[in-house]
Formats: sequence, structure tokens, C-alpha cells
Amino acid sequence: MILKPQLKDIKLIAYYLGKVTIGLGFTMFVPFIMGLIFFKEINPALDFLVSAEIALLCGLILTWVCATDRELNWMQGMVVVASSWLVAMVLSAIPLILSGHYKSFLDSCFETMSGFTTTGLTLVQDLDHLSYSHNLWRHLGPFIGGQGIIIIALALFVKGSSGSFKMYVGEARDEKILPNVIHTARFIWLISIVYLIIGTFVLGIVGVLIGLKPQNAFFHGACVFMAGFDTAGFAPQSQNILYYHSLIFEIVTILFMVVGSLNFNLHYQLWRGNRKEVWKNIETRTLLLSVMLMFFIVAIGLKKLGVYSNGMILFRKGFFQLVSGHTTTGYMTIYAQQFIKEWGDLALVGIILAMALGGCVCSTAGGIKMLRVGIIFKALKQDIKRLALPEHAIITQKFHHMKTVFLEDGQARAVLLITMSYITIYVLGALIGVWCGYPVLNSLFESTSAAANVGLSCGITDTSMPAILKVTYIIQMWAGRLEFMSVFALFGFLVAIFKGK
Amino acid sequence: MIKKALFIILFLLFILKSHDCYAQSISSAELINNAKDYNGNTVVYKGEVIGDIMLRGEYAWINVNDGKNAIGIWIKKELIKNILYTGSYEAKGDLVEIAGKFNRSCVEHGGDLDIHAQSITKINSGSKIFHSVNKKEINLMLGLSGIIIAVFLSRLITKRFK
Repeated sequence: MILKPQLKDIKLIAYYLGKVTIGLGFTMFVPFIMGLIFFKEINPALDFLVSAEIALLCGLILTWVCATDRELNWMQGMVVVASSWLVAMVLSAIPLILSGHYKSFLDSCFETMSGFTTTGLTLVQDLDHLSYSHNLWRHLGPFIGGQGIIIIALALFVKGSSGSFKMYVGEARDEKILPNVIHTARFIWLISIVYLIIGTFVLGIVGVLIGLKPQNAFFHGACVFMAGFDTAGFAPQSQNILYYHSLIFEIVTILFMVVGSLNFNLHYQLWRGNRKEVWKNIETRTLLLSVMLMFFIVAIGLKKLGVYSNGMILFRKGFFQLVSGHTTTGYMTIYAQQFIKEWGDLALVGIILAMALGGCVCSTAGGIKMLRVGIIFKALKQDIKRLALPEHAIITQKFHHMKTVFLEDGQARAVLLITMSYITIYVLGALIGVWCGYPVLNSLFESTSAAANVGLSCGITDTSMPAILKVTYIIQMWAGRLEFMSVFALFGFLVAIFKGK
Repeated sequence: MIKKALFIILFLLFILKSHDCYAQSISSAELINNAKDYNGNTVVYKGEVIGDIMLRGEYAWINVNDGKNAIGIWIKKELIKNILYTGSYEAKGDLVEIAGKFNRSCVEHGGDLDIHAQSITKINSGSKIFHSVNKKEINLMLGLSGIIIAVFLSRLITKRFK
């Protein structure tokens, strides 16, 4: 029998939702202040002030009407997380639709979900004439969502409760870096802000050297860093990274994409001076092997068709797109149509596999993730050993992830369950794409890109695509970013409301 | 007979040559989607100059958007002296027509799809864009501010009475 949630349960969820909404409202003051003071953009600044007020008003009413001292249980924590992302998508879409650069509110919701989930698929119109303020907001989205919308609320508004851990886990972060989850949230923000300052400075200098105006160089530097480190793939101009026509810019961007796809726990180990962890960790080893293998596939595909005239060009174009896909960033130095028209099936399969596998857990990257891939191979190795050795032999399998861990069957099962969920969502999205009339490979490419929060596009993502496909990709981005559990919890909660007794 | 043969030869030469040079401007979508066909040919491409002009020694990169995509143009510095406006939030960029060699994967520039300009013509001059302040939005902002203050005060009063 399903128990119907009581009014007090709904009020508790709404109360925390209100807190997250207030947090979001305050973040809108960043583009408002920047727009007003630095960019002198009155109308865009107004867009953000109005949107911030709407968010604050919703938050104030929710936290007032639903005020409570109760703690969240696991189910409620997960529901808060899943619904927070939907509320954040809608509220953040308001300044974008007010900009006049989106054809519908659905398009602007698509953009904000794509930003928050660090995907990078875009439906913006005439990006090259978008205001600095709105462009900043597009790039702040990945920076907020990459670290976690809930993490922001935890770091700023929650003083410490058992409910905070439940929300933290619900946002697909099952690894605590520090013993206290609030301290972990603050550490994640500290790392991100320090990297933001360094990244903006480095990319800004490179920008000046390649001929951008200083103001634009540092603005682009901040935007490209936020979307690169947070593995989102948005860029301030319509040509994405191709706009800069610079090898140095591409190399620095690759560096930030890789850094962003690494586990925050690994960053913490590096900060503590434990450099050996990088080479010992199962995730980094798997990532390295996987990048090499996938690049091999892509390179063979490109070479076979003679897409690029020499090895250097093949490496520059192939490796950039591959790393961008594997780290689930989505930056491009080719046009979307070139994937389909020129790259050929084998190279595309290489990119699709890289996107599907993704980056590291507890990072801003999406996809199945390297820790899980590593564990699946360890489990496979264990099973082969079981078959090969005598029945009474005791077989153990261990791996190194921050510490030495003995692989247990339960852990392997959980990993396989999430992996299967990802594969299912990739295939389902592709089926809907095919149903909408797109070719199979194109549909699989775009579906994997959305669900693994990558952002590479082969041309399907366009404002003219059917609304059902836009909604499908929004759900895929959302479910993929939250790694399903919170989304399942929200659906379960809704079923309980309507069918529970 | 000789005249006929000469005419046919000239006609064939014209057809072959015309494949290498396109007098009418070609859209970015056409160039990107059929890059192999246009590779190495002289094309004419028209669009708005957007973003920054990036100077690189004797040359510069400009990006020209025809409304669908923007394509990078590698051009001699001296040819861009007339470009005064580039497209952004604040300005509509100059509308230019470029004639140059189209590269599907430029060997000189790391495989980028680009055009090496031989000539540039300014068709229309760009201009500053004046954005008038949205009065409706100001009224909405003031209204919302009032409601927020009212809600906030109501919360405080209720808390005190509790």
C-alpha cells in the first residue's frame, strides 16, 4: 500500500524549496549589478531585477507559509532536490525570455536547464548580439549548477542539519570531501572560485594576446572558464571556440575541461600535496585509458575517410572534439553539421562512446562516469577469476579510490544499475529522435549528448526541432545530471499524492 | 567548322572555370553543408562583421555572420581599414561582401573552415543600437518591490505576534 503524503510533508518540501528559490534570487543580482555598473546595460539589468524579485517573492512566501522546524527524511530530501532544479529552470528562464533572444518560453527553459546541468546545448537566437548581462547569466548557470544548486543553498543558508546531507546526496554527490557536508559544500565553492580567478586571468591574457579587446578578453575568459571548468560548453559567441582561431586558446581550454572533469575529492588531495593520488586513482587511470582508446577510434575513422589532410590537423580537430565529448564539456572547433557531413560513422561512434562514458564522479561532468566504468571492469575481472580458479578459492578484488577499497557485490550491482539507467535513457532519447524523423545515428548522438550533459551537437538541437524533442532533452539533461535517484523519488512522491491512501 | 570548335572549347572552358569561382554570394549553410564541393574555390560570401577584429601581424581574423552561421575570414590588415562597426549588443556591424578562397579544412590554420579574403566590399555601414528604457518593466519592477516589502513586513509582524 502506498502512503499518501500528508500536508505537513508537502509543506516541509515547499519550505526547503523556498530557501533554494531565495538563494537563486540572490544570484540574479550578480548579472544585475554587473549589467548596471560595468556594462551600462539598463534594460538587461532590469530583466534581472524583475526576475530576482519574482524569485525572492516566491521564496519569501514559501518559507513564510510553510515555515517548519522538522528535518527532511531521505525521500523528502530527494524530492526537494529534483523539484528545486525544475523551479530553478523556470525562474532562471525569465530573464532570458525577457531578452528577446528566445523564440518561446520553452526554448529559454531548455537553455537554463542545459546551463544548470552543464550540458551546453543551446537554442539562443542571434547570440552575437546578446547583451553582456544575459551572456553572463548563461555562463553563471553552469557555474551554479555544476557545483550544485543545492550546494549553494547549503553553503549559504543552511546552518547544519541531517537534512543537508540528504539533499547533498540527492544532487548526485555521494562522496563527502570533509566530514561535515556544509564544510564540503563550502570547500567545493572555494575550489571553484579560486580556479575561476586563475582561469579568468589566464584566458583573459591569452585573449588579449590573440587580439581581443581587453574588456572582451577578460569577459570571454570568465565565461569560457565557467563553461569549460564546469564542463558545460556554452561560449559567448555563436562559433563557440572556433571564434578565437587560436591554438593556444584551444590548449588552455582543453586543460580546464580536463581539470573540471576530475573528482573534487582529487582536487582536495592535490591541495593537500598528495600528488600520487592522481596516478593511483582508478578514475584517473580509467579516464586516461578511455581517452586514448576513444581517440584511437576517432583517429581511425577520420584517417579512413581522409577528412583532414595531415596528422597534425587530424590530432588538433579530433583530439579537441574527443576531449570535449569525454569530459562532457561540449566545446567545438568545428561546425555541428561537419560531424554528420564529414566525420563519418566510425569517428562519430567514437565520440558517442566517449560522451556516454563521461568524466569523474563528484565533479561537474556527466555520463556514466569513470569510477563506475573502472568498477565494472574490476567486477568483470573478478568473475573471470572465479571461473578460472578452483571453486573453493577466495577471490577478492580491490581498487584505489582515495583509499584502497575491496569490491563488494552490492557495490557492483549499484554501479550496474546506474549504468543501465544511463544506457536506457540514451536509447529512449534516440528512439524519440527517430520517431521525430531524424536519422538513427544523429538521434543517438544528440540523445547521448543531452543525457550525458555534454552539449556537442550534430545539428538536431535547433529552435525548429519539435517541442516533444525539446521536452525529452530537458528531461534527459535533468535526470542525467541528478543521476536518476532524485528524479525517481519525485515521480514516486507524485504517484503517492494521487494514488496513495 | 573551326569557329564552331572554338566556340565549343570556349564554352567548355567557361563551364569548367565557373565551377572554381562563384560570382553570386553563397550562404554559410551552403558552404558548411557542401564544404567538400567548394573547397579551394573562390567564393563570394556576404554578412555582418561580428565580435572583435583580431589582429595577427600583417593579417587579421574577422568573423562574418550571414544570419545563420558565422565564418572566420583571414584578411590582410590593410583591407579592413573601412570596417568601423562590428556586431554586438551595442552595435549593428558593417555589412560586407568577401571574395576569397574557401577552405574546408585550412592547412595554414589548424584545419579551421575559413575563407582567405582577396577583396572586401562594404555594402552597408553599421551603426550604434539605441535601446530605449522599457517603461513597462520599470513599472513591473516597482510593483514587485512593493509586494516584496509588504510580504516581508507581514512576516515580521506575524512573527512578533507569535
